[in-house]
Amino acid sequence: MKTIITGGGKAVYFLCRAFLSKGWEVAVVNPDQEECEQMARKLRALVIKGDGSDPAILEDAGARGADAVVAATPDDATNLAVCQLAKIEFDVPRALAMVGDPDNEEIFRMLGITVFCATSVMASMIEQRAALEEITNLMPLAEGKVNITEMALSPDSPAVGRTLRDLALPPNSLIAVVMRDGKAIVPRGDTCLQASDRVILITLPDNHGPVIKIMTGESR
Amino acid sequence: MKDLYVVIVGCGRLGSQLANALSRLGMGVVAIDSSDSAFSGLSRAYSGFRVEGDATEPAVLRAAKMDKADLVIATTRDDNVNLMVAQTARTLFSVPRVMARVFDPKRERMYRALGIEPVCPTVLAVEAFMNIIRNQEDKADAS
Repeated sequence: MKTIITGGGKAVYFLCRAFLSKGWEVAVVNPDQEECEQMARKLRALVIKGDGSDPAILEDAGARGADAVVAATPDDATNLAVCQLAKIEFDVPRALAMVGDPDNEEIFRMLGITVFCATSVMASMIEQRAALEEITNLMPLAEGKVNITEMALSPDSPAVGRTLRDLALPPNSLIAVVMRDGKAIVPRGDTCLQASDRVILITLPDNHGPVIKIMTGESR
Repeated sequence: MKDLYVVIVGCGRLGSQLANALSRLGMGVVAIDSSDSAFSGLSRAYSGFRVEGDATEPAVLRAAKMDKADLVIATTRDDNVNLMVAQTARTLFSVPRVMARVFDPKRERMYRALGIEPVCPTVLAVEAFMNIIRNQEDKADAS
């Protein structure tokens, strides 16, 4: 897998490190000279100083033959240009753009670019977390149409001591995984929930509230 | 021509002069710029609207009633912003005609591939200079 990342800062550095640890070939395009020098010292990646939306720079980074391009600059317009350049000029099969303004998600998608909106994810995590402390992890998927929530069952949860069958979760919701004593169990109807289980729930936005209520007894 | 509604994004030297000229022709014009001071380039006779805001935010384009526009011209100093605004105009607001300035001639091809009419000042200047040179040579040959 050959990946090009455009952008700078800590996030891009750690993204590179994560990709490299998977054994991928990574090229970084960063407009900042100093950051480039640091990255080149610390990472086994090709580091190019420049603007990733410049066709010549993207070509130098090896866009021809790359499997994926990740545009992660703080500027939405630049990220869009990088992704479109990758797709149109260099036939890169996968282009992923980071978006700052959640309103831009729709446009990017209409233009065939896969988007990752950190703002939306963070806002939704904070919102859910503010509502319930037991919820430690929440991730919207499929354009926010599906939620994956990880939560710990407190001893006073009404779900404790009941089987999934008795719980009667609303349609279009699922307890996908139960984590118990460090082991992951894919539960069935006769699986009985225990206090201090951690469960991973799959919900839709319209039944998320009712499901959380069944699991915690509190309404959000 | 007169009833056209035109949105101009970027009100620098080029944007403001374009806005003045189109307004003089009697068209409905809206000029957008992220800095309020940019509007000082608009003439006293300019009868259009001014919208202050970042054109890469769809909310700003909506405030400029881009969905009603017959023509959008993106003239900011940033090629990427122009490209994005032009595509937002086309896909989200279904604007029938979209043009954009592009500084880097290397990017012209991509603009065309995406259905945007590019105007590249460098290419235009080269043509203008070449025409002057050719005319002078023709005159020299004739004499």
